[in-house]
Amino acid sequence: MTRTSSSDLELSAAVGRPGGPVPPTGDGGPPPRLGGRLGLVGGKLAGAAVVLLGAATAAFAAQAALPGDRATVILNVRAGQAIQRTPEELAAINEEYGLKNPLVVQYLDYLGGLVRGDLGTSYQQHRPVAALILEQLGPTLTLTATAIVLAWLLMVTWVTLTAGRGPALRALGEAVDTAAAGLPHYWLGILLLLVFALTLGWFPVIGGTGPVGLLLPALTLAIPLAGFLGQATRAEFERSLAQPFVLSARMRGMGDAGVRLRHVLRHSVLPAVTLSGWALGATISGAVVVETVYSRAGIGTVLVSAVNAQDLPVVTGVVVLIAALYVVANLLVDLAYALIDPRLKDA
Amino acid sequence: MTILDRRPRFARTAPGGGTPTRRGPRRSPRPAPDLVAAVLVLVFFAVALAAPSALAPRDPFALDLVNALRPPSAEHWFGTDESGRDLYTRIVHGARQSLLIGVGATVLSLAIALVLGSLAALAGRFVAGTVNRVVEVLFAFPTLLLALLLVAVLGPSAWTQVVAVGVGTAPGYARMIRGQILSARNSGYVEAAVALGHPRGWILRTHVLPNAIRPLVAVFALSVGQSIVWASSLSFLGLGVAPPAPEWGALLDAGKIYVTQAWWLTVLPGLVIVLLALATTTIGKHIQSALEKGEK
Repeated sequence: MTRTSSSDLELSAAVGRPGGPVPPTGDGGPPPRLGGRLGLVGGKLAGAAVVLLGAATAAFAAQAALPGDRATVILNVRAGQAIQRTPEELAAINEEYGLKNPLVVQYLDYLGGLVRGDLGTSYQQHRPVAALILEQLGPTLTLTATAIVLAWLLMVTWVTLTAGRGPALRALGEAVDTAAAGLPHYWLGILLLLVFALTLGWFPVIGGTGPVGLLLPALTLAIPLAGFLGQATRAEFERSLAQPFVLSARMRGMGDAGVRLRHVLRHSVLPAVTLSGWALGATISGAVVVETVYSRAGIGTVLVSAVNAQDLPVVTGVVVLIAALYVVANLLVDLAYALIDPRLKDA
Repeated sequence: MTILDRRPRFARTAPGGGTPTRRGPRRSPRPAPDLVAAVLVLVFFAVALAAPSALAPRDPFALDLVNALRPPSAEHWFGTDESGRDLYTRIVHGARQSLLIGVGATVLSLAIALVLGSLAALAGRFVAGTVNRVVEVLFAFPTLLLALLLVAVLGPSAWTQVVAVGVGTAPGYARMIRGQILSARNSGYVEAAVALGHPRGWILRTHVLPNAIRPLVAVFALSVGQSIVWASSLSFLGLGVAPPAPEWGALLDAGKIYVTQAWWLTVLPGLVIVLLALATTTIGKHIQSALEKGEK
């Protein structure tokens, strides 16, 4: 498989990330050796740990970097107003959050808490952040998972129908991919809401938690994602169609649909599988916007109001959680790789 | 939109991947229609930025409660908002702030990316490794999440938007620049220069950096549109410029409560943002393909 230098670059920019099987990108890394499997697994786990540690450090740094005296800020956030505080009040807060300890001690405390599943205490609601997030996690995860499944369905259907069928359909397919990938979530959400809920009346305006209310928000997340995955898949699909194994399958008398679905598709979805692990994080953050558009409950609503109130433990709690999901998703992607591409099983 | 930004479009494969380029008769130099449209859109917004009153002579803040929430008409092209303000006028007058936020964020993002990307590619082993790790970790965060974290620390404002979007989009570009520098450094002409005994600094200055940085012209064009989309997402969430400023995201934020009664208040500002993003993307793509042609 020869690649042009520009596609190398595209892949190294988009695909070559820690955890995912990295195609040769000229990054200078040694090729994976046979028998180095243990090392590979160890490397992946180490990479995952680095991402988590990095997320935790960023989360701590953000809390420590809050401008002004932190005890005062916490009291102000809690009360929702900015006034002068007495030293006694401040001392109590400093005691409670350990703010007078050296930063290193605070940092280690924070990391220790994370290991025990303690994400800190909300400034505003005075409750454990972990509980606050867990309450709202369900709807967001449902939304995200539905969106990713929908995106794959849309993308596979669209690419299988339009790729490798002459220049006119290729141009149309690419134009739709690009346009879909570029749509801002807020705009697409509003359009879908106006067309399907208000004009046609097929869906309730305020979704609720049922499967019917889920469809429009999930579609809002799925369409740009499908366009994005489609861009990655289409080029690979057309390349695979020109491979010798396609010719031999056709010679065995296999129909066009069979060739596309059984052989070509399997080869061409690899980049999109790699991107999906990363897309999970992007889709969850897209869910923040979509939940606002459709007034859905979820992490997004929690996050937006926490950012508004400068309730940093909640914000950083969500950040750490999404980093953890990202790590899990990428490990799953590696697993999916081995299932799709038998060559990797022996590697 | 969340997804698009991470993969700078400048390095997209040509349709058909590895198929040989067509060697037909030389095309006439007539510019492509999409490029013309994109330039026209950009010129319109450039005028809106420099002299908004030339395109929309009304006052963007003038209240007219009798004509509140009127749909688009000959009198009010884009309709009016809940206080009877003319939406077209507000969009034109909001262009300056929206575009400046977009351009500012892009400049900041590329500046950060250039420093981090060069360090990750060229510095000593320890520094390069560390910077590369940091970039990878930051890249693991979705842009919007990174931006929200910064807004939470700094508090919402136009400046925060510039910083949040600039920092949020930087990791992707840093990775890209690192890849560019590395692929330039591993190229045949650099190998030749090394073999000829040219000094390292000279090779870096004359071969590696120019080749790594030239594509940034295209990236800049692509990135401005994306930055505007990100910034408007923040405003839409109520975490950017606050209404009644006519910044586009703020228009969306103000219009979203009226979505069931007055579709134009959200659909039209959104359309303007999408159009502008499309225009900058188109121009960036054309710059990119022109640069690639120049290299061949």
